[in-house]
Amino acid sequence: MSTRQFGSRVQRNIDPRLLRGEGAFTDDIPLPGALHAAFVRSPFARARILSIDTAAARAMPGVVAVYTCDDIGHLDQALPLLIPHPSMRDARTQRPLARDDVHYVGQAVAMVVAADRYVAEDAALAIDVDYDQLAVELDLERAVAPGAPAVHTTHPDNVAADFTQVSGDPETAMAAAQHVTRIRVQVDRSTAAPMECRTVAARFDAASGELVVWDGTQAPIGVRGGLASIFGLDEHKVRVIAPDVGGGFGQKVMFPYPDELLVPFAAIEIGRPVKYIEDRRENFIGSNQERTQIHWIELHATKNGEVLALKDEFLHDTGAFIPYGIAVAQVASTSIAGPYRIPNIEVRFRAVYTPTVPVTPYRGCGRPQSCFAIERAMDKLADELGIDRREIRRRNLIADDEFPWAREGLLFADGLRVSLDSGQYHKALDLVCDRIGWDGFAAEQAAARAEGRDLGIGLAFYVEGTGLGPYEGGHVRIHPITGKVYVNTGLTAQGQGHDTVFAQIVADQLGVPVTDVILVQGDTAAYDWGVATFASRAAVVSGNAIHKTAALVRDKTVRAAANMLEVQEADVELRDGHAWVAGTDRKVPLAAIATASNPLRYAFNEAAQAATQFAPASRHDGPALQDDQHPGLEAAAYFSPECATWAYGVHAAVIEVDRATLQVKIHRYVCVHDCGNMINPTLVEGQVMGGLAQGIGGALYERIEYDAEGNPTNANFVDFLIPYATEIPDVEIAHLETPSPLNPLGVKGVGEAGCIAVGPTIAAAVEDALRHRGGGRFDAVPITPSAILENLGTA
Amino acid sequence: MNARALPRPQIPVNSADPRHAVTLTVNGVEVSREVSPRMLLSDFIRHELGLTGTHVGCEHGVCGACTVLIDGVSARSCLTLAVQADGAELRTVEALADGDAGLSVLQQAFAESHALQCGYCTPGFLMALTEHFESGDPLDLSDEGIREMIAGNLCRCTGYANIVVAVRRAAELSGRS
Repeated sequence: MSTRQFGSRVQRNIDPRLLRGEGAFTDDIPLPGALHAAFVRSPFARARILSIDTAAARAMPGVVAVYTCDDIGHLDQALPLLIPHPSMRDARTQRPLARDDVHYVGQAVAMVVAADRYVAEDAALAIDVDYDQLAVELDLERAVAPGAPAVHTTHPDNVAADFTQVSGDPETAMAAAQHVTRIRVQVDRSTAAPMECRTVAARFDAASGELVVWDGTQAPIGVRGGLASIFGLDEHKVRVIAPDVGGGFGQKVMFPYPDELLVPFAAIEIGRPVKYIEDRRENFIGSNQERTQIHWIELHATKNGEVLALKDEFLHDTGAFIPYGIAVAQVASTSIAGPYRIPNIEVRFRAVYTPTVPVTPYRGCGRPQSCFAIERAMDKLADELGIDRREIRRRNLIADDEFPWAREGLLFADGLRVSLDSGQYHKALDLVCDRIGWDGFAAEQAAARAEGRDLGIGLAFYVEGTGLGPYEGGHVRIHPITGKVYVNTGLTAQGQGHDTVFAQIVADQLGVPVTDVILVQGDTAAYDWGVATFASRAAVVSGNAIHKTAALVRDKTVRAAANMLEVQEADVELRDGHAWVAGTDRKVPLAAIATASNPLRYAFNEAAQAATQFAPASRHDGPALQDDQHPGLEAAAYFSPECATWAYGVHAAVIEVDRATLQVKIHRYVCVHDCGNMINPTLVEGQVMGGLAQGIGGALYERIEYDAEGNPTNANFVDFLIPYATEIPDVEIAHLETPSPLNPLGVKGVGEAGCIAVGPTIAAAVEDALRHRGGGRFDAVPITPSAILENLGTA
Repeated sequence: MNARALPRPQIPVNSADPRHAVTLTVNGVEVSREVSPRMLLSDFIRHELGLTGTHVGCEHGVCGACTVLIDGVSARSCLTLAVQADGAELRTVEALADGDAGLSVLQQAFAESHALQCGYCTPGFLMALTEHFESGDPLDLSDEGIREMIAGNLCRCTGYANIVVAVRRAAELSGRS
């Protein structure tokens, strides 16, 4: 066998192309004769549209078409509710172009299509919309109070969903508790801010009736279904291609955004390709966001700190619409007990409409909020009982031999049960404390204080349900000309390196170089069974599907090779792109085996001659293919998880709060994580580190600010503070590898891991640093210098 | 009315903007074009010249994705008008590697170090770093020094750690460390 690729630090196949500037992002793809779209967006958070005057815009040179809700025919309807759930009543989704009402600043009101983007934007500015501004309430708690202005007249209380889940018997457990810790925590709104904004381009071929859409989406198969359904087309007449995509982080899994329908619509109607490339401000006001939740969490414990029951009630900001259902809040609610045994849970949330950009998943998807709630509550419980913060966790962590740990009664965001499948939680806690220097920190802190410096230490544990269903597929074919292996799956990539990790899996089965495995993804014309890239699921769901498929192709290859080499199957070895007779130098290339596995009439090269009807090797009685035989070396298989597999980890940080500027500087940061067996540790570390940087952004810098009228006031990269290299510290990442028992590869997802526990880690450390100066608790993120000033001022 | 029975609308080829002639050298080749005075250099490079390796991340000069070298000095092509580049010598990411298949030292170091994920911001990092590496000044390869070198560029995927590693590796590969 060749060296095992699974687990190796293999360089990425895709990198040379991206590094040479040969990437093919949507706006890089030549589309001759393309027209450009621009949008008129609402300047008010809540208003009635009195009139729209498009005459001046239509008359401008270079303008081809202007669309309002009156010009888009059957598209003028509420967009689909993607994930229905019984907890929602009359769920609100937006229309492609606003009719009568606008519900957030940035909502699309009209679309212009013009010769170039400059003219399209000029014309958008020339459209005169008359609004009657209405009252708004931005504050989540006040929005659900009686008398608050309603975002939708159908929902006077602004409550979009109200849902309670119970595990165990919390009522009895709470009655038995000796101590109750209560805490209110808040995480504020942020945004994914992928470096490439959203993009969509469309071309309609009237001759073939085919609509081709290039869309920087995480879910092209879903987009195709949506387009086919809304346009009344056969799915095979709609081809959606997610080309190279410049980051997604969840923002690009939601569909259809208005532009994803309107651009294809215009391309069909005008008969020319149309392109829309969102700009950065539009990404802030037009593309979905996430995070704001307020939790009131209670831990009911014994005097020794064993938590018997958890009760949590939280408000979840869903923005002006709820197209993705309750997914974010549901993930938060089912993750609320973290890595702890806590056998009795009652968790209720209300999803609240606010006149802001709609909320759908952003990397973390509710987990950063629930992790912040439980971890801040554990710290408070520790303080109240006089127990060390590490020790309180140790007393509640699930032990290695207690897995699987099921939370009966809770259903995860894929509708399947919550059961933590495997882990070494105690070992992870010990490891992080060892690496950060937990035990010796008190002396370090005292020494720093003696110098007038405020150092603090914090830690936080997280769990992450990953690898959600329903399923993904794999299709593997050995190419008869080149011997290269083509792999299809229904995912898309936004930088994760699927092309490399899936190639590693296939290379191990077929004994080919990783660079000879070519992954095709994101094109519905190439493969269209599957779901999408989200929820840290690609490695788990597609990875296992591809693994199963590659094993089937391996079996076929070995069988065909044994036949060609006239040996037993057990004597065939696959390595270096050939099948070998074990222990000899007799071999045959995979390309030749693939060619020979397809009975041919026409010879197109030397290898093919051997597969034609009069060649000795293929002469036999009866048909060339038996009844159950399939030509070529290819197979397809699927993987559908029985439930999510739970990755986990623990973070610890030592920080300093600058006494003059109140800025937080991270001195040391350690992340211990466990995503089961790692396919490629280098790529795992890349995912963790990238998540961490976003987590640090959320903990210290990033917050979408709205004024009292609902205008976002920092919708640009100058005022919304994404960390640069100068804000991100070196991080020590340590791996544990506890295989998941739920899939053949033993893998768990890692996409979101890094971002989840940063908030509570930093908050705990800042609190620890400032307690001696009379600082209070830090129960909200981001922790800006102003927040610290306020905290110290009120202590 | 059957939509297919409708005459197609007349499609304008251009806006009514006036045009100005610009002549500049791009990756060693002289090009001349007539452009609108408000056309951004980033749009000119990408859509007039078809060099799409230069990406646009924010269009307000903050993220650095669109960084190119104008007369050897790094510049935001999204904050520069095409007409301002008249007479200049421009270099873009496409010019970094010799030949069709190779990689420059910086590109090689990025690949070895897993210093890119989605790759959208990467050309901007490479151009900003190329300026540092081509200057005769000594490179400050301390952690802080490297982070300062890339402090004008945003990356949302990597958390920067591996870009720092890549810069150090590039210095090693080019004998600058």
